[in-house]
Amino acid sequence: MENIFSIFVKSIFVDNMVFAFFLGMCSYLAVSKNVKTSLGLGAAVVFVLGVTLPVNYLLENYVLKEGALAWLSPELASLDLSYLAFILFIAVIAAIVQLVEMVVEKFTPSLYASLGIFLPLIAVNCAIMGGSLFMQQRAFVNIGEATSYALGSGVGFLLAIVGLAAIREKMEYSDVPGPLKGLGITFITVALMAMAFMSFSGLKI
Amino acid sequence: MSKLFSEKTKQVFLGPLSKNNPIAVQVLGICSALAVTAKLEPALVMGVSVTIILAFSNVIISLLRNTIPNRIRIIVHLVVVAALVTIVSEILKAFAYDVSVQLSVYIGLIITNCILLGRLEAFAMGNKPWESFIDGVGNGLGYAWILVVVAFFRELLGSGTLLGIKVIPQALYDAGYVNNGLMILPPMALILVACIIWVHRARNKELQEK
Repeated sequence: MENIFSIFVKSIFVDNMVFAFFLGMCSYLAVSKNVKTSLGLGAAVVFVLGVTLPVNYLLENYVLKEGALAWLSPELASLDLSYLAFILFIAVIAAIVQLVEMVVEKFTPSLYASLGIFLPLIAVNCAIMGGSLFMQQRAFVNIGEATSYALGSGVGFLLAIVGLAAIREKMEYSDVPGPLKGLGITFITVALMAMAFMSFSGLKI
Repeated sequence: MSKLFSEKTKQVFLGPLSKNNPIAVQVLGICSALAVTAKLEPALVMGVSVTIILAFSNVIISLLRNTIPNRIRIIVHLVVVAALVTIVSEILKAFAYDVSVQLSVYIGLIITNCILLGRLEAFAMGNKPWESFIDGVGNGLGYAWILVVVAFFRELLGSGTLLGIKVIPQALYDAGYVNNGLMILPPMALILVACIIWVHRARNKELQEK
């Protein structure tokens, strides 16, 4: 139980998806123009990560890993399907995003309207795929850990994108040198935020 | 030659290298660009991998463009790209294991690299295979040169080496020179890309945002 909590906190602050690994950068930069839409995107990322990562965890441990198919029949115990991981992970993500989209549209149309184009775009958000690949690399011992990692990473992304959006809203009024306007100054802002987040890296949990 | 490289294809090839650069102008594929640039070698491998995958996925999608139903095109794109990425990743594991360990998840993340989907969506879906191939190579190289420039400065100033070979003379260290540890850390990649954008836009005034 303690371990699950520490993974959660660690994935928010120390191993922040955006600041430590630069995952989800594209949508992070493109959608952080105002706080409200960035909140919507952040919430959608938390949700999709929270659903896809446990599914991919099960897939990895019961189908893809070397010997993972032993539960099906002993002859399959020597099979190693891990080279299929990329295709299956992305297929699961694309399918779940499509599913989530349909469910949200049916049951909460207001949320669907506010998320708009972001929901389908999440399928190609590297933070989601990155979450699954890191899960594969870190070899979590049970699905609880994997889920808490997923939720932690999602919340970390949410925190980062809302923070940047808030800063960019204020920055509208500042006098930035011409060539740095827009993209350039946003990069520098993110760099400064990342440096601030690095102070968490000494955290012992 | 004149037929292979008409005026239009030349434009398609040269555009992404400067005026229409995928990283500095289109803002595509930032994630991997920043993460693999602490050293020059992984950056080179990453640039080459992306160029190859982009060129071939562009050709494949361009060949299939009239048969892909519009509703499921994203999934078709993803499957084609994922298959190519798997091939590249297996090749890297076989012939350049050290680099593939350094690149870790970022090779897999080429699948969700926005450059790929961006170019497939914007170019390959509406153009012939040969032009799509050129577009893929052009955009891949446009991506690669930024990676190499960022990695060059980060490795030179951060570790004092280039491609693992020491270039800053020992005498300089004896005189009190120290490597800038900050260069190795993630934030510096962002600042270096910002500097490239700055120089690039200062020279191409029409790209500046209002």
